[in-house]
Amino acid sequence: MDPAAAKLLGAGLAAIGVGLAALGVGNVFGSFLQGALRNPGAADGQQGRLFIGFAAAELLGLLAFVVAMILLFVA
Amino acid sequence: MAGKIDPMHQFLVEPMFGTENWSIAGYNIAFTNSALFMVVTLLLMWIFMLGGMKGQLVPGRWQAAVEGFTGFISDMMDTNIGPKGKAFTPYVFSLFMFILIANMVGMFPLGIVPGLHAFTVTSHLTVTGVLAIVSFSIVLIVGFLKHGLHFFSLFVPHGTPLPMIPLIFLIELFSFLIRPFSLGLRLFVAMTAGHILMKVLAGFVVNGFNAGPGIALIVSVPSFILMIGISALELLVCAIQAYVFALLTSLYLNDAINLH
Repeated sequence: MDPAAAKLLGAGLAAIGVGLAALGVGNVFGSFLQGALRNPGAADGQQGRLFIGFAAAELLGLLAFVVAMILLFVA
Repeated sequence: MAGKIDPMHQFLVEPMFGTENWSIAGYNIAFTNSALFMVVTLLLMWIFMLGGMKGQLVPGRWQAAVEGFTGFISDMMDTNIGPKGKAFTPYVFSLFMFILIANMVGMFPLGIVPGLHAFTVTSHLTVTGVLAIVSFSIVLIVGFLKHGLHFFSLFVPHGTPLPMIPLIFLIELFSFLIRPFSLGLRLFVAMTAGHILMKVLAGFVVNGFNAGPGIALIVSVPSFILMIGISALELLVCAIQAYVFALLTSLYLNDAINLH
């Protein structure tokens, strides 16, 4: 395969990882809302943990984005 | 193709005001647009804080805004670290405000004035990396000063079975050492990705209008409406990323101060 084409294909495949991170972030906020609606009194105290989970889930998607950018512009 | 629009051009660091030949000991120290926007960020932060530090008993609007920010950060430090975290509140607050204002300034639509370009300071790994390294250094220094070599017990959680200790130690050490990278990378990539998305959509709008009224209606108008929504989302991301950076810094400080 032509190396330039392979790079573009790889960047496109890396975009799948960004979509999967969307599942993760949605899961974090969805689960938080589920818990928060059952016990609204405890919800405010858990916002720090909510954003830690969000940050961890998002980071992996952003890493996929970095892989795509490295393939496109650096490699 | 008439006038290809390059979404990466906005991240170019260029010397400004004819300083491209300034150097110290062979290193170029030109005053770049990155430096300019850092100065703008600092000035805005300074003005914002100065306007609110009146210390009146009944706060006005401005002072209430500043107190909202300071209270937010000191509450965060209190819940995450406890009373020992008070000493680090100024650092985390400065970090939070700098990142927040730098992100917001980067979103500012300066481009509608011809010849001006907003530059997002935090969309460069050099800047966010240095911020992350400063945070990580403070964690290391505080940890070793407070606990000495006992600090290494951070890498062996309580109740680890003896045969597992070498493996757990390696894993925990690795996850500790990767923190500055993940901290800096997260902010950098989140801002870069958002700005690339905005510029790609802006390219759709401009190229669509250049291609004629039919294509403008199908491509440009929906892209423009999407851009407005994405702009709002990006403002949210600006705030969330600043908050996440400050939050993670406070959590890492908590590890160093209280040694779980």
